[in-house]
Amino acid sequence: MNEILTQLSDCIEFGKINMASPYPPQMKGQEGADELTAKALAEGINPQDVLTLGLMPGMERIGLKFRENKVFVPQVLMSAKAMSTAMLHLKPHFLSGAAKQKGTFIIGTVLGDLHDIGKNLVSMMVEGSGYKVIDLGTDVGSDKFIAALKDHPGAVVGLSALLTTTMVNMQAITKEIKDAMPGTLITIGGAPVNEDFCNKIGADSYSADPQGVVEFLNRKLAS
Amino acid sequence: MSKILDELKKGRVLVSDGAWGTFLHKKGLKAGECPEMWNLEHPDAVFEIAQSYIAAGADMIETNSFGGSRFKLANYGLEDKVFELNKSAAELSRKAAGADRFVLGSVGPTGKLLIMEEVTEDELYDAFKQQSMALEAGGADAIVIETMTDIEEARIAVKAASENTACEVFCTMTFDKTVDGQYRSMMGISPTEMTETLIGAGASVIGANCGNGIADMIGIVKEIREVNSSIPILIHANAGMPQYCDGETTFPETPADMAGRVKEIINAGANIIGGCCGTTPDHICKIHHVVKSL
Repeated sequence: MNEILTQLSDCIEFGKINMASPYPPQMKGQEGADELTAKALAEGINPQDVLTLGLMPGMERIGLKFRENKVFVPQVLMSAKAMSTAMLHLKPHFLSGAAKQKGTFIIGTVLGDLHDIGKNLVSMMVEGSGYKVIDLGTDVGSDKFIAALKDHPGAVVGLSALLTTTMVNMQAITKEIKDAMPGTLITIGGAPVNEDFCNKIGADSYSADPQGVVEFLNRKLAS
Repeated sequence: MSKILDELKKGRVLVSDGAWGTFLHKKGLKAGECPEMWNLEHPDAVFEIAQSYIAAGADMIETNSFGGSRFKLANYGLEDKVFELNKSAAELSRKAAGADRFVLGSVGPTGKLLIMEEVTEDELYDAFKQQSMALEAGGADAIVIETMTDIEEARIAVKAASENTACEVFCTMTFDKTVDGQYRSMMGISPTEMTETLIGAGASVIGANCGNGIADMIGIVKEIREVNSSIPILIHANAGMPQYCDGETTFPETPADMAGRVKEIINAGANIIGGCCGTTPDHICKIHHVVKSL
């Protein structure tokens, strides 16, 4: 595989944003995701390959390490930052069609809940895994999810909640989305949520970590 | 009036209060409503919660101010009410506690991440300073900085409270168990890593709250005791982990379940024991009875 893309995937895995960034200490002074993505594209590497062979393997490795508790939220956030820096270079190629995303994911924290750290983590990791992400923010009701689904038919919906008092709102939102847009797939997550709750409210998937959401999307949208 | 530390120095184990958030919801707080606004709009309900924990035998009660930083209040457009909401929170708990029980002014995380540059250290310091001073003005004896996951945010909060108030400063973080059985906060901090940093910043009591039932809190207490044999430890445990049934979430551990573990956690080295999410005055009453019988 191309050397630049291998280096780029390391930058994503270890959260190396650009040359100026002091993080991680062991990569200090080296080129980061910013420079390497620009370089790869300038050298004529296919934008699709930059995404698929550069960004995505790095994102997958950090996602798996997070699942195994080998890294924690700060490391994932740095990876996500590196990834979004690279994405800025790729955006024009998505718009021109030179690179294609695997599908669309609509995410929001449910009505009554203002917590966004978990939702942002999932959003960034899903984007870094090759999907277009529509982030509706926090305190989102079914009307906004349904409106976004009308703009992006066939998208998968992700619902997030941190509080035991707001996770209950997932039930009504799931039902309202499925009534309005039959066939929509809904995946849920958040500290108080579990598989049993997912089954009880009629959602399609529960993930304990962001990589689980990526795996669900890969099964449903990318196969 | 004596300070909480003086009581602990006599070798006493003290009892703290139970849940506020889940209690407020039982009293009608809606999801999406600002809990701290109840200090002004429903002061009787807030006072009743405080009083019910005093009646249950708590030596100290918290205040309804967990989300009272300017950053959290800004979610409701209430960032200019920091002083008023925190002061009233402390006044309501003070009124319930009277002169012979203690009031812990509750301070939660801001929800802003330093690592993502959503906020600067100075901004955090100012926000925690402002909130702590308002809690002190309302009569808090101590400031309890709780549910922290980022050691930097916790350190800044402890520093701000201890440098700008005469209150004793406590700090508890929230830990989960990793797949290989270690305790780590969401941001990867272990009880061991937390201990010296918080003491160095000025905390006189440290510990853990939320995230675990009392059984898993015992391991956290043991880990802190391994690295520090003298710092007083405060534990606010959940009534187990939430379960969902018929449209509502419930917490599985009964008052008797929790009380059954109290001796073990004291033997491990805990000095103050109370509850977090899902615990009620009944839980605190049972814990109080165990502590009293020792």
